[in-house]
Amino acid sequence: MVQIERIQHISIALSLLFLCFIIELIRRKRIKESYALLWFVSAIVFIGLSVWRHGLERLSAAIGIAYPPAALLLLAVGVLFLILIQYSIIISKLSSENKRLSQEIALLRITLEKKIFPRKHTAQDAHDEES
Amino acid sequence: MNHRGLVIVPAYNEAASIATTIQDITRAGIPLDILVVNDGSCDQTSAIARETRKAIVIDLPINVGIGGAVQAGMLYAARNHYDIAIQFDGDGQHRGDEIPALIAPLLEGRCDAVIGSRFVMKSPGFKSTFARRLGIRIFEYVNWLLTGIRIADNTSGFRAYNKEAIAFLSEHYPSDFPEPETVVLLAKNKFRIAEVYAAMRERQGGVSSIGGLKSLYYMVKVLLAICMTALRPPIRKGL
Repeated sequence: MVQIERIQHISIALSLLFLCFIIELIRRKRIKESYALLWFVSAIVFIGLSVWRHGLERLSAAIGIAYPPAALLLLAVGVLFLILIQYSIIISKLSSENKRLSQEIALLRITLEKKIFPRKHTAQDAHDEES
Repeated sequence: MNHRGLVIVPAYNEAASIATTIQDITRAGIPLDILVVNDGSCDQTSAIARETRKAIVIDLPINVGIGGAVQAGMLYAARNHYDIAIQFDGDGQHRGDEIPALIAPLLEGRCDAVIGSRFVMKSPGFKSTFARRLGIRIFEYVNWLLTGIRIADNTSGFRAYNKEAIAFLSEHYPSDFPEPETVVLLAKNKFRIAEVYAAMRERQGGVSSIGGLKSLYYMVKVLLAICMTALRPPIRKGL
């Protein structure tokens, strides 16, 4: 019984520490709120499970897991999956935005070049500028 | 009938062949503007292309891949009101003297996009590896199944587009290995696609972007992209 209480104290402390860490990162603008949301929710879930001692047992019984810590691991893996998928989404968005921006830079540069050094461009280009 | 045509040459580290490619395009025998899209090359591609004084060169600040490079060319074509855009590889595979035959179906208004293929007729000159031919065959059947349009060489980068297709592709060009996917995308959006025979050469310089283990990745990635494109609703409305 004593041991269970000790692990409960440790898990509450660690979950709180984790929550504070996430809040601090948001406060310092190191993470944007929208991207921290999943971390935030998971920290609260872990605090909830640490405080509510029988929660984990109930949860695992409800979904038919015989060994409660396995449910905890499942939950942790689930949260990590969600966060990693969120990263894939963000990376995909960033890379297409990056591509688009570099295309615009290249096009802006040629427009500028044509304005600054009109003679450097070929006779064929000249009618571009007229049109 | 005074069509303005732009030849888009995506080039990534093609210093060895870019000058001859530009020279070759001028042999098309029709007035065309040449746009070299330097895709963040680390060699002299851009400088050599500029030195020819026959091409407009745009430099992408980072390497965005063939799809992004061609899209940059499409954006240039759309904003400068070109009627026809021709996609032409920078490695010397494609032949400038085949351009008039390639764009003929567009000029006649028979279609919106034309693909120049080395497989439409039996071509004695071009030999490809077995794996490559197999891949091309797979795309032929998969795209046929998904779109009902049978294209012998979906991987060919020798293509031409009319104004409507340029406007569409400048916004929606696929990335990474875009060729087979573009066919599905265009078909899905009710563009009329034609395929004409085009003679090609062995590549003059540089290395193919596809080979070895990478070709397996290429096949899987492209097949996934093709299926996803087929699953998405059409983008172009009001047809």
